[in-house]
Amino acid sequence: MTLQEGAVLAGAVTNPPGRAHRRRSGFRLGKWLLPVYAALALLFLLVPIAYTFVFSFNDSIRSNISWRGFTLDNWLAICAAQEVCESFGNSILIAVAATLIATTLGTMIAIALVRYRFKFRSQVSLLLFLPMATPEVVLGAGLAAEFLAAGVQKGIGTVIIAHTMFCISFVVVTVKARVASLDPALEEAGRDLYGSPAQVFWRITFPLLLPGIVAAALLSFALSFDDFIITNFNSGAATTFPKFIYVAAARGIPAEANVVASAVFIFAIALVVVSQVSAAARQRRLAKGT
Amino acid sequence: MGQGFAESGADLELVGIRKRFPGFTAIEDLNLSIPAGSFFALLGPSGCGKTTTLRLVAGLEEVTEGRILIGGKDVTATKPYQRPVNTVFQSYALFPHMSVLENVAFGLRRRRIADATGKAHEALRLVELDHLAARKPAQLSGGQQQRVALARAIVNRPALLLLDEPLGALDLKLRRQMQLELKAVQEEVGLTFLHVTHDQEEAMTMADTVAVMNKGRIEQLGAPSVLYELPRTVFVANFLGQSNLLSGPVIGTTADSISVDVEGTRIVVPRSRAHRHRGNVTVGVRPEKLVLGFGPPEESAASNILGPGRVIDVSFSGVSTQYLVAIAGVGTIVVFAQNIGTGPVASVGVEVWVSWRVEHGFGLEDEDAPAPKFPSDTDTATIAVQKKRALMSEFGDS
Repeated sequence: MTLQEGAVLAGAVTNPPGRAHRRRSGFRLGKWLLPVYAALALLFLLVPIAYTFVFSFNDSIRSNISWRGFTLDNWLAICAAQEVCESFGNSILIAVAATLIATTLGTMIAIALVRYRFKFRSQVSLLLFLPMATPEVVLGAGLAAEFLAAGVQKGIGTVIIAHTMFCISFVVVTVKARVASLDPALEEAGRDLYGSPAQVFWRITFPLLLPGIVAAALLSFALSFDDFIITNFNSGAATTFPKFIYVAAARGIPAEANVVASAVFIFAIALVVVSQVSAAARQRRLAKGT
Repeated sequence: MGQGFAESGADLELVGIRKRFPGFTAIEDLNLSIPAGSFFALLGPSGCGKTTTLRLVAGLEEVTEGRILIGGKDVTATKPYQRPVNTVFQSYALFPHMSVLENVAFGLRRRRIADATGKAHEALRLVELDHLAARKPAQLSGGQQQRVALARAIVNRPALLLLDEPLGALDLKLRRQMQLELKAVQEEVGLTFLHVTHDQEEAMTMADTVAVMNKGRIEQLGAPSVLYELPRTVFVANFLGQSNLLSGPVIGTTADSISVDVEGTRIVVPRSRAHRHRGNVTVGVRPEKLVLGFGPPEESAASNILGPGRVIDVSFSGVSTQYLVAIAGVGTIVVFAQNIGTGPVASVGVEVWVSWRVEHGFGLEDEDAPAPKFPSDTDTATIAVQKKRALMSEFGDS
């Protein structure tokens, strides 16, 4: 479906209106070269996704490589391939836990770094950037060595710790920008208007930081759900979705994995569409109000 | 929380307040008493410590030394949300995620006061913005936002309302209108207002009492007309309107006047209007009190005469004309002449004399600084640097 759409799109942009052909030849080249190039680039990006989606309907037996016919079985019985469901569940659990911890701690760190002056403030700021700049392989191996030295049994718990560690950096960076743009006079006004510190935080600071916090949480979730390298070093026997796919790729990925991947993709797209539509509606409401 | 609405304004008393920031002292030994129900203005250039004073009263900064009493109760150690004080911030600080009504009701809801919405509507009616109650602050104009900020503060009936240059961001016409409205609101609700501003006109038109602040100290305090007619220091004489200042040694005193020798000219000032009677005295006179003459005026005991000098600049400003007269040895004298069509009209280069009645002069406590004067619009950062240097040299000496 996506393939066809892409082809139609490409056809439409490569056939510009006849009038353009009468212009200078150099310009004519630009007139079709750029759209074709853009269409090819889009196609290149979309083909793997389209492939994954299409093959989620494949009536496969052991490996899901050649097309054997259309079926809805994979979608109706996702958990038939038990490992797919289990690893997906693990990934969701890890991502949710790591996101919650990282977003809470990261938001607190971001507020402290912007609002308060303390010793080694700039050093802490710099150190928080390190996990983002360090290669994941090094980070993963380092953590694995530490868990080994500390005698911690590897499993879902260690993966959550590992993911929280690198997610915090992203949360701090994202939320810090939001805190910096927040006028301190707003919090002062809250205190002046009989708001206790807790009330000021929940009624003024938090709602105003919320867009930044939500963005940070989504980023954390995506990073954690997607992570393979650090997970592979620190998960022990536990399996996450990326780890399962990696292992399964050697002997053939079950079609149920395609179903999960497609569902995640559709869910993400739906989320974006809903938020865009509701934002547009809010804009219209505001415009009508004035 | 317990405390309900204040029945009326309360006294504010500041006792021996000192506020030190790392590197400089913002306020040095400030003592101030503001009676209940008055409209008090703290006037001074930026960086003089007036906003710091306000923040100390609100509880947003902690004093280094001293005590703050509101209505006789010591609030020095209490948190901002425990003080019966509300502030109208310079930037208004309206909560952008709440509607105008929610903004105004915020303080009432925090104190769990009954019928918060009704009272908020009432406050909005007072500032004539009730029809915009459902809007967000971003959808209002600057003047409207200012009025919401005012409503949000006065709806709580604080014993003391603090205004931190709330009119600074408005244009001149709106400013005048808001000055009148503020004054009317103050009279209507009968609260104690503490207004901080660097605009001397604003302070003089609105306040019952004005305190002129400079470098963390109060230079002079009194009714606007007293401050203008009888300034005590060079700073006040120059910051509040314009002044012509002349210095010289006292050469004679009588029971009710002192005579000062200014480069060979004898200037007489009433003893009651001079803050110093011995040694070198700086005397001053306001430009509008001076009279220009084309010939040497008749000498009399009732007036002082300077001249001859030459007019070096004439600028017409509608109601009056400003002349700059250069007098040898004395310097440049500023004269405001009302354009009433009867006085002489001097042009540049003409030889003139200036004279004024003895009772219009005043004698200052301190002397005109010989070094380049502290520019009145120096910012906080510069003052901080200067204070730091002074502090360091102080430590170096000891």
